[in-house]
Amino acid sequence: MALEKHVFKGIDLGFKDIRTYEEHGGYETWKRVLKDKISPEEVTKIVKDSGLRGRGGAGFPAGLKWSFVPKIDKPKYLLCNCDESEPGTFKDREIVEKSTHQLIEGMLLAAYAFGSNTSYVYLRGEFVKGWKQVEASLAEARAAGYIGENILGSDVTHHIWTHRGAGAYICGEETALIESLEGKRGHPRIKPPFPAVEGFYRNPTVVNNVETLTAVPKILENGADWYRQWGTEKSTGTKLWSCCGHITNPGVYEVPMGYPMKKFFEEELGGCWNGNKLKAVIPGGSSVPAMTPDEFLACNMDYESVAEHGSMLGSGGMIVMDETTCLVEVSEVLAHFYMHESCGQCTPCREGTGWVYRIIKDIETGMPQPDTKDLLFSVFEEIFGNTICPLGDSIVMPIKSLIEKWPEEFEYYLREGKSKITGKTRFAHLKNPDRPDNYRRGEPYNYPKTEDWTTSFNRVAHEG
Amino acid sequence: MAFELTKENQDKLKEIVTHYPHQMSAILPALHIVMAQRGWVDIEACDYVAEFLDVPKIRVYEALTFYTYFPQKPVGKYHLQMCRNIACHLRGVGELLVHLKEKHGIVEDKVTDDGLFCLHTVECLGACGNAPVVQVNDDYYENLTIEKLDELIEKLKKEAGNGTK
Ligand SMILES: Cc1cc2nc3c(=O)[nH]c(=O)nc-3n(C[C@H](O)[C@H](O)[C@H](O)COP(=O)(O)O)c2cc1C
Ligand code: SF4
Ligand code: FES
Repeated sequence: MALEKHVFKGIDLGFKDIRTYEEHGGYETWKRVLKDKISPEEVTKIVKDSGLRGRGGAGFPAGLKWSFVPKIDKPKYLLCNCDESEPGTFKDREIVEKSTHQLIEGMLLAAYAFGSNTSYVYLRGEFVKGWKQVEASLAEARAAGYIGENILGSDVTHHIWTHRGAGAYICGEETALIESLEGKRGHPRIKPPFPAVEGFYRNPTVVNNVETLTAVPKILENGADWYRQWGTEKSTGTKLWSCCGHITNPGVYEVPMGYPMKKFFEEELGGCWNGNKLKAVIPGGSSVPAMTPDEFLACNMDYESVAEHGSMLGSGGMIVMDETTCLVEVSEVLAHFYMHESCGQCTPCREGTGWVYRIIKDIETGMPQPDTKDLLFSVFEEIFGNTICPLGDSIVMPIKSLIEKWPEEFEYYLREGKSKITGKTRFAHLKNPDRPDNYRRGEPYNYPKTEDWTTSFNRVAHEG
Repeated sequence: MAFELTKENQDKLKEIVTHYPHQMSAILPALHIVMAQRGWVDIEACDYVAEFLDVPKIRVYEALTFYTYFPQKPVGKYHLQMCRNIACHLRGVGELLVHLKEKHGIVEDKVTDDGLFCLHTVECLGACGNAPVVQVNDDYYENLTIEKLDELIEKLKKEAGNGTK
């Protein structure tokens, strides 16, 4: 593999072990900040100058976010977002399992920059191994005196605790994460107020992604200009890309921002598996629009270029689909995900995601309906932009793009009652010839089991 | 018999409460401890947790029903959670589910007669690079194929037979 890791070397070197990390200069920055009394403003400024942007999906400048925290006499909190449940995204797992100490140092530095004394690592419940690793590494760091009261003889105090989620994707949204950390259901809050002003128990709170925080120690160690040697004017540094689907070499790659996608796809990912032809790519976690091969191969790997070519960089979770993929099936899988993960708080999303899912499932029963596309698009319109958090938009963007960019595939299914690619009707067993004429396709109707969006424990084993 | 945490787990939970500004935050950790102790969580356990933490019962019920990670009934010795999301779908989880059903008689949401297995399909497990993936209790098994799945099931059966876990 040609691409080398720079900022995230620890993944390969094993920075989960404190000795290894210290041998590679770990915690030196933290010691230097405390010993030389480098001011929090200075720390924030370096991170701001580096141009580091949030890697959780929104791409908001990290240093700027920290500077929004008001300097008032209230407890302040840093929350590290390791809820990572966006389909196609698996980069944070690599960090918490393999480069844990660099993350911890990053958290200490970030918390120092805006005066926080307590922080939490919110890990998704399924990451048991990652959670155990974070606990073990925290214990090592506490024993070495890097975390605790009056750290290394200074007047700085900081505690880091872990907190496990429990299977809700929506808790990755920052305000839902805060609610969840308060022991409640993960219902996103209406913004403003933003968490930086009113967050965890109404105190100033910063939520940052694992990858964002892990980059911080390296930036402070080597300076803003070092980080800016990679990337473009607006997208600086490097980014972890997690690549999966029909490719030869799936995995997590550190790629300089602005790297040509074609080169990356061919040289690192080894193209599609079995030499198949590329069909579609969702480049930034399942919530962003899909790209055609032309768009995909023409773009560069930075926020702006991906946006210019019809999608979004998001979390950098690249899902590659080859010519054997039936995109109607893919839409069904995605729609089910968003229906299942909608928190149920706002009507357009709670009801709309269910409608989208049932309409697509209905296409796959093979009963042709001429106005299906109009119905689906009218539901999209009701959802898009009308919800509290972006999850509503997240079901619309990928599925709408699939239908718009590959219309013939959906039209074929509607016309012929079977998939253009596989030649099969996936849910033929759900076909109901006695269906009344006035049956409205979005409504729950006569399926063997009702779909319940609140729990995964009632799915029929395999519906195909 | 009413549910109760072991002494050791009670102490663990008491310690965890001190991490937070308010004991409400300890609801999820408490449910995780219940699950680690018994494998599933019911209303009785919720009542116990509510009393232990001195929070309204409804808060704990809400948490139990909102979060999907806590099974509300026994799920066998080995809880198989198979990812059915996009990457695993693209790499053939459908065939694995059919195989589990046809060869091993393991179907969704039913504990097998020997009390060993219970299958649930879940959304993305965050290991898409190694799709398809199944989570068995706390562990991930990745890059599954039909052969590997057979091996896994055999291995688990053997473990159960030896009384080890
Ligand atoms: C539905 C939804 C799910 C999200 N899931 C995650 C997630 O799993 N991990 C994450 O870091 N950010 C996630 N985010 C983004 C967070 O809201 C937030 O922007 C991010 O954690 C901020 O950190 P950053 O500035 O370092 O990127 C999600 C957002 C939405 C709307
Ligand atoms: S958009 Fe969906 S997930 Fe977001 S708050 Fe509304 S119902 Fe909940
Ligand atoms: S899609 Fe199966 S682990 Fe992500």
